[in-house]
Amino acid sequence: MADTSYLSKIRNFCIIAHIDHGKSTLADRILEQTQTVALRDMEEQLLDNMDIERERGITIKARAVRLKYHADDGEDYIFNLIDTPGHVDFNYEVSRSLVACEGALLIVDASQGIEAQTLANTYLAVENDLEVVPVINKIDLPSAHPEQVKEEIENVIGIPAEDAPEISAKMGINIHAVMEAVVKSIPAPKGDPEAPLKALIFDSYYDSYKGVITYIRVKEGSVKPGDRIRMMATGAEFSVVETGVMGATELVPCSGLKAGEVGYIAASIKSIGETKVGDTVTSAENPAAEALPGYREVNPMVFSGIYPADGAKYVDLRDALEKLQLNDASLSFEPETSVALGFGFRCGFLGLLHMEIIQERIEREYNLDIITTAPSVVYKIELTDGSVKMIDNPTNYPDPSEIAQAYEPMVNAHVYAPSEYVGNIMELCQNRRGVFRDMKYIDEARVDLHYELPLNEIVYDFFDALKSRTRGYASYDYEMMGFVPSKLVKLDILLNGDVIDALSFIVHNDKAYERARKMAEKLKEHIPRQMFEIPIQAAVGGKIIARETIKALRKDVLAKCYGGDITRKKKLLEKQKEGKKRMRAFGTVEVPQEAFMAVLKLDDE
Amino acid sequence: MSDPRGLYIHVPFCLRKCPYCDFYSVTEEALRADYAVAVVRNLHNYHEPFDTVYFGGGTPNLIAPYMAEILSAVDIAPGAEVSSECNPASTTPETLELLRNAGVNRISAGVQSLQDGELKKLGRLHDAAQAVELINSAHSTGFNSISADVMLGIPGQTAASLTDTIERLAALPIQHISAYMLTLEPATPFGKSPPSDMADDDKMADLYALCQELCKQHGFAQYEISNFARKGFQCRHNLKYWRDEEYLGIGPAAHSFYAGKRFAVPRDVRAFISADRQPVEVTDDSPGDYDEQVMMRMRLAEGIPEELYRPLEKALRLLPDDYYTLENGRLALTANGFPVYNYIVSLLLAHKEET
Repeated sequence: MADTSYLSKIRNFCIIAHIDHGKSTLADRILEQTQTVALRDMEEQLLDNMDIERERGITIKARAVRLKYHADDGEDYIFNLIDTPGHVDFNYEVSRSLVACEGALLIVDASQGIEAQTLANTYLAVENDLEVVPVINKIDLPSAHPEQVKEEIENVIGIPAEDAPEISAKMGINIHAVMEAVVKSIPAPKGDPEAPLKALIFDSYYDSYKGVITYIRVKEGSVKPGDRIRMMATGAEFSVVETGVMGATELVPCSGLKAGEVGYIAASIKSIGETKVGDTVTSAENPAAEALPGYREVNPMVFSGIYPADGAKYVDLRDALEKLQLNDASLSFEPETSVALGFGFRCGFLGLLHMEIIQERIEREYNLDIITTAPSVVYKIELTDGSVKMIDNPTNYPDPSEIAQAYEPMVNAHVYAPSEYVGNIMELCQNRRGVFRDMKYIDEARVDLHYELPLNEIVYDFFDALKSRTRGYASYDYEMMGFVPSKLVKLDILLNGDVIDALSFIVHNDKAYERARKMAEKLKEHIPRQMFEIPIQAAVGGKIIARETIKALRKDVLAKCYGGDITRKKKLLEKQKEGKKRMRAFGTVEVPQEAFMAVLKLDDE
Repeated sequence: MSDPRGLYIHVPFCLRKCPYCDFYSVTEEALRADYAVAVVRNLHNYHEPFDTVYFGGGTPNLIAPYMAEILSAVDIAPGAEVSSECNPASTTPETLELLRNAGVNRISAGVQSLQDGELKKLGRLHDAAQAVELINSAHSTGFNSISADVMLGIPGQTAASLTDTIERLAALPIQHISAYMLTLEPATPFGKSPPSDMADDDKMADLYALCQELCKQHGFAQYEISNFARKGFQCRHNLKYWRDEEYLGIGPAAHSFYAGKRFAVPRDVRAFISADRQPVEVTDDSPGDYDEQVMMRMRLAEGIPEELYRPLEKALRLLPDDYYTLENGRLALTANGFPVYNYIVSLLLAHKEET
């Protein structure tokens, strides 16, 4: 029997929290307390190391860090803290991160109580047999009511919360209690270091020197440099070049990883697609009989066209997408062409937030101006000839005469909110063609509203609309249900008489008029006056159902005395010229990029 | 031997600042004599003939007593155009006499409007009668090249009031009209709190079109976006700017395009006075490129020659036909094209073909 005594000194855990409830701040405090990070290296929200993550206060990708903690019992423990994303778009990554842990800290804001995302992730943790340790944060706020929140945790989740540490991560209050709770409440991992290797991949990223770095949790067996390994889902085999653990600011190589441990492997892997999150790593010589359960392919849910604002930057855009894909296997793309926008890519995303993040990263990290078309979901179309087509681009939507039946994807959505907003939420869901399922009281003040909603009604701006109708108090979560028959039509937008394919989209028949009218209004707002009068029309099947007109531009000239100061004038015109370059010319109509984005935000409130 | 350059002298003195104006000026009378000395000192560094000289401001007539001394320091080419701006509020027949004797042969009168209400709104110190008086007086002093500035888009200005201003001006002995649009400059009182009745773009476009029409009716041909002249009376100094030719600027805030560089003198009259040679900051060390030439020269009704417009020819399809002409080997904007000049030129340059 192998020596497994080391296991009792390991704690693998994650933190579950709603956005803004203080997860990253607590992670920072834990890092400080364990002296894992020298104070001079301490940056706010160390684990969120993408700019976008820091600005938006969200965690996009899972991440992990190894800490040493000297506990009150006199023993040294190794903590592996696995950070999990907090957004519905990244639900699958959350579920895989959880499998790498034995326990979870559930952070709840003492003034706000449990939110939908937290609840969904807590249920996931409970399903995965994790020990959930509640922590009440933000007790320094005047509006904090920790006792009530503890009661809520017990009622809603059904776990004891009486002894939950009451802390303030921001002020550094009571962090020690959290550390001790980790030692005492979270079970040590189990496993046999001499069994055939089974390690779960919970994250991976591309490093330009080492190739793909794969984050693993070893469940059984052990792995060391020189071992031949196999990815059980993809079948790809590699030789391990390096194993190690995750320091807070750098990777630390080690001689090997054993059952119960969390670390990384580098194996000269060129493509991140070969180390898929959720896959099982085993030994090529002595493979495990079966993979760890729960692996599935992640399918993109939302699609949109991404085009370079300057057509000459097509290759740069392709390079950017390829590089992003190295670190984000859930991003898919393939070339497409648009009459209006030229050459670009059809990209698939996990959800709208994922799409926005990718867009922002392309613009920021690769310094490219891009135009993004309206996001679309996948529609299933049965054609009259009996064949079935999946349509992810409105441009390819078949002629109505060829369609036997159209289907659209539906989701099961749960909205959690204070009960006073039920009316507003129901109105919004009704408006979005939602089908009411049921409503449960979480406690006397808060409800869980269950709706079936068409995915295409929530991909645009549902969350924004929900927040504005509930003063930010509502949260929601959803899971895919499948396709249901629907009455869909393709809405075309015409500028100056020409159909702009990049602005076409699929809409439910009952909403075509309203959507058409709003689209036309938005475009009028965002397309500047030009030298011609420009008619904007919205049409379904060739029939015009909405119309607006942009009046011709009459004055755009600097006609003032300027006494020979030509440099300033020149700069002004240069700027205007650059602006024109970024516009897209459709025939003679110039459309700024903002117009493409503006039509996505159609909510009135 | 290349053509002589132009000379611009910035006179940074005003009796009072107008609330819309962002040209550099100060009100201290005591600095005028020292300023004149500094101008002369600087001019002694240049040993070349100038065939246009332009005193701009500020209020150049305030230094009339020093004009003769300044101009005697300049090598003025035979037949040169020598202009001075004059403010109707502070230009007397004696001032005009001084200018004439110093060698000035063209007067640019800061009329702006012949409606007293509009002048008040602009914060001007003169009234309509003084403006008329300035022109008549300049004419009787012997000036036979006189220009009048007209402002478009003055708060409260109407088609009727503009028509009245231009028709009455046209009956006076003037040969040139400069018509400028009131523009809000951020650093001015108007820019900080714009008058409530500022003309919007549509109203400005109407006033501009009306001005074009009235000037044409009265025999002033449009030769630049803001400038109209009887035959033979185009401002040769300003033409140098628009033809992208060189000029020297002397005085605080004056700009130069000289020996292949553009530079500016800081907006500080005391620094100008105390420096041996006026301090300058280079604003553009490689001026005169293709885009600049197109930008400047398309402001003129004469337009640009074929070698310049060829890379833009394909983009012309983006323009309405009545916005430009392509005749006799030149591309030029029409009266309809001028009010959207920025749009047209930036559009053409954005679509230019690289050769």
